[in-house]
Amino acid sequence: MNHAVTHDQAEHGSAHAVHAEGHQQHPIKIYLWIWFLLFVLSAFSYMVDYFHLQGVLRWTLILLFMFLKAGFIVAIFMHMTWERLALKLAILVPPVMLLVLIALMAIEGDYTFLTRIASFVR
Amino acid sequence: MAETALKVEQSASALEGLRSVAADWSQDKQAFPVPWGKAMMWIFLLSDTFVFTCFLTSYMNVRISTTEPWPNPSEVFALHIGGTNVPLLLIAIMTMILITSSGTMAMAVNYGYRRDRKRTAALLLATALLGLSFVGMQAFEWTKLIVEEGVRPWGNPMGAAQFGSSFFMITGFHGLHVSCGVIYLLVVAKRVLSGFYDRKGTYETVEVAGLYWHFVDLVWVFIFAFFYLW
Repeated sequence: MNHAVTHDQAEHGSAHAVHAEGHQQHPIKIYLWIWFLLFVLSAFSYMVDYFHLQGVLRWTLILLFMFLKAGFIVAIFMHMTWERLALKLAILVPPVMLLVLIALMAIEGDYTFLTRIASFVR
Repeated sequence: MAETALKVEQSASALEGLRSVAADWSQDKQAFPVPWGKAMMWIFLLSDTFVFTCFLTSYMNVRISTTEPWPNPSEVFALHIGGTNVPLLLIAIMTMILITSSGTMAMAVNYGYRRDRKRTAALLLATALLGLSFVGMQAFEWTKLIVEEGVRPWGNPMGAAQFGSSFFMITGFHGLHVSCGVIYLLVVAKRVLSGFYDRKGTYETVEVAGLYWHFVDLVWVFIFAFFYLW
């Protein structure tokens, strides 16, 4: 803890005072706005199912609303926007690797499906 | 001209950002100038991201590879109300509840940093209550699915057998997170009320608890999209 205290004092008064103190103090208005947007986006994604949209349009809209909601939660509610770039990169870059896993498993799933069709389904 | 100036400015600020990263890592000091609890919570949440992605990816894999038709979640999770089937009604309510709880949590963090003990505790308790009602609805959903629809981890009357195991695994693990979060929030709320953080001199623990709670909401966003809507 001593470490942090000396560090805080060292950076106090600089442009990064907010970060140095580790406090995330922001106007309530921005939280209310994001809250409202999350409600609206959730309603939209529910509408996608309610109105039985199908095919590419359905998938595009589901993903669009999902990423918008996820982005707002991480950026504003979890205060990622106001963190230093070093922390942002350390937390947000590693999940990109998961795309490789998802791609591999999608290809593998397709292969299994085709094998099953060829061997077991008569 | 204006465009070029903007571009120059952008690349300059990007370079400055990278310089700050290099400086944070290379100076002989702690790399992330945030409370250690916050840095550790972020790293825990990062590992949890990998766990949940593994579940969702395995669900994707079995759903792609099965030759049986996948049960239509819109129908499976419909509620029968007033003579009509409303698709996904309970799930929609659960989603709204979780978002509401995320909002109250964000406000709790905000009032915590304003040193407003009563409001912070009240908002934390509201968040915990909303989380509890979420778990209650999930228990209702599971009971309905197991008792009335006959869904089991190894099979179900509606289609592909993998539906049950994916569903119980993914929503069960998420429900476990919500339950743990409720306990976590209650502990923090009790400490806020007792003035523990005033004596400690900082309310950052409330923000760290908030990170966990928002993450639970974040995971639900993905489960809602991929399991219930897809």
